This record gives sequence, C-alpha cells and structure tokens, in this order.
Amino acid sequence: MTLEWIGDAILLLVVLPVVVYLLRGVLNAASSIVPSAHQIAAAATAGSKDLDATALLLTTQDQVQKTIEVAADYGGSLDVILDDAR
Amino acid sequence: MPAAGVVMIIAVLLIVLALVYYLVSTIVALQRITNALDEAIAGVVGIIEKSAPVDDVVISINTNLDAGVDLLEGLLVNKAGMSDAVGLVEGLYPGAAGEGFRNFPESKTTTAPRISEVYTKGTLTLARLGREAPIAAASPNGPALRNPSYGSLAARALYPEVRQTRPNSMPRSPVVGTDSPVQYEPSESPGVRKRVPAAVVAAAGRVPPRAQS
Repeated sequence: MTLEWIGDAILLLVVLPVVVYLLRGVLNAASSIVPSAHQIAAAATAGSKDLDATALLLTTQDQVQKTIEVAADYGGSLDVILDDAR
Repeated sequence: MPAAGVVMIIAVLLIVLALVYYLVSTIVALQRITNALDEAIAGVVGIIEKSAPVDDVVISINTNLDAGVDLLEGLLVNKAGMSDAVGLVEGLYPGAAGEGFRNFPESKTTTAPRISEVYTKGTLTLARLGREAPIAAASPNGPALRNPSYGSLAARALYPEVRQTRPNSMPRSPVVGTDSPVQYEPSESPGVRKRVPAAVVAAAGRVPPRAQS
C-alpha cells in the first residue's frame, strides 16, 4: 500500500512536471519557427515579383545589339572619311 | 478500489491530457510551418524560373558592349592619336583620362593635354563633318563643343582668339576692282620691268638695255 502511494507521488510530482516541461519546450520551439517561415515565404514571393522585369532584358539585348551595329556602321564611315593620326 | 489506485488513475489521466494538449499544439504549429514553406518554395521556384535566362542575356549584352568599346576606343585612338584621344576623354569627362582606355594600357600614363591646345586638328575635322559628328555629343559639364544646328559658327571657338570677337581690330583687306580707291595705270609693256634691281645689275656686270634708255 505504501508503495502505491509512493508511485502516485512520483507520477504527480516528478513524471507529470517533466512531461509538461518537455512538451512545452517542443511547442515553443515549433511556434517560434512559424513567423520565420511566413517571413521567408513573403520574401520569396516579393523576390519573384521583383524579377518580373527580367523579361525586359530581352528588349535591352536587342537594343544594345542595334546600337552597337549603328555605332559600327558610323565608325566604319568615320574610318573612311578621316585620316589616321599616324 | 483503494484510494491509492484512484489517485494513480487520475495522475495517468493528467499525464495523458498534457501529452494530448501539447502534441496537438505542436502538430498545428508544424502544419503552419509546412504551409509557409510551401509558399516559400513556390516563390523560390518562380525566382529560379525567371532568372534562368538572365545569365545568357547579360553575357550577350556584355559581349556586344565589349565589341562596341573596342571599336570606339580603337577608332578614337587611331584617328585622333593617343594624346588627343586622352585629351578628348578628359575634356568631356574630367578625371576619366586617369582610368585610360581598356585596350590601350599606355593611355593610363599619357598626360591629357588641355582641350584648348589639343583640338586644333582632330576636333575641327570632327566638327566640320556635320551635325552628327560625335563632338556634338552633350557634355555633362557644360555645353557641347559645337552647336549641332550651327556647326560652322561653333567651330570658330576652337581657333585662337584673334578674329572671333574682335574683327574690327584687324587691318582691313585691300579693296580691288574697277571701283577701288587706289587705281593703277595699265602697263604699256606688260611683263617687262621698268627698273631692274641693283643686285641684278651688279651680278650681270653690265647695264641693262631698258635702264640705258
């Protein structure tokens, strides 16, 4: 009989507090990750939207190519018109 | 049932309730994390897909720009000479001559002459080419060297300061023609000197026939 009371005391005073302490720590750790995960999701979404303008790089590529072609044509004409310095 | 058994059952129930409460809460938190990570993964996938062609496009743009820089640097140095080319760059973009040209390492050690001393030949040639001459490009530190609309007048400023602003101080040119203020009689014997210079006479050792008469 005495041993049963000792077992009850251990359950209530030792096992239950330890279980609650450990589970609470796990819950706190998991809860602290949630805001960070939401921030990461928001940053990734914003970064994806920022890259919407990358399609304009194709236009820039074409414009640069045309500009260099015009400059090359103009430089070729100047090369014919002007004498060399040396 | 003994009292000790009842207390034990209550203690076990309390432990099980604590386990259920905290584990369910943990599961809910982990589900939120999973949902947020799904959103993050979707965003990252979007970034990867959108940035995939950037590398090739930027490399292409840089290749074209490199070709343009090589072309223009070579043309400028070939036509204007290294000293004038460095001076032109320094004149248009003060301080830029120190960096030199990319394909001409000696340009970094070339002393940039003053623009008013340099552009007496090359710049005038460029300025006379027309309104599309590169010298008409806008300067970030002042007006262009020449006005693209009035190129010939603007090119005067590149000459020394003699005739641009003080034309009245220069001697007038002689007036020629039938209504000139000084009239000369026409020669009776064109092509024959009336008076032979003494040095010619001494060298010949005789008196010229025209002088005797």
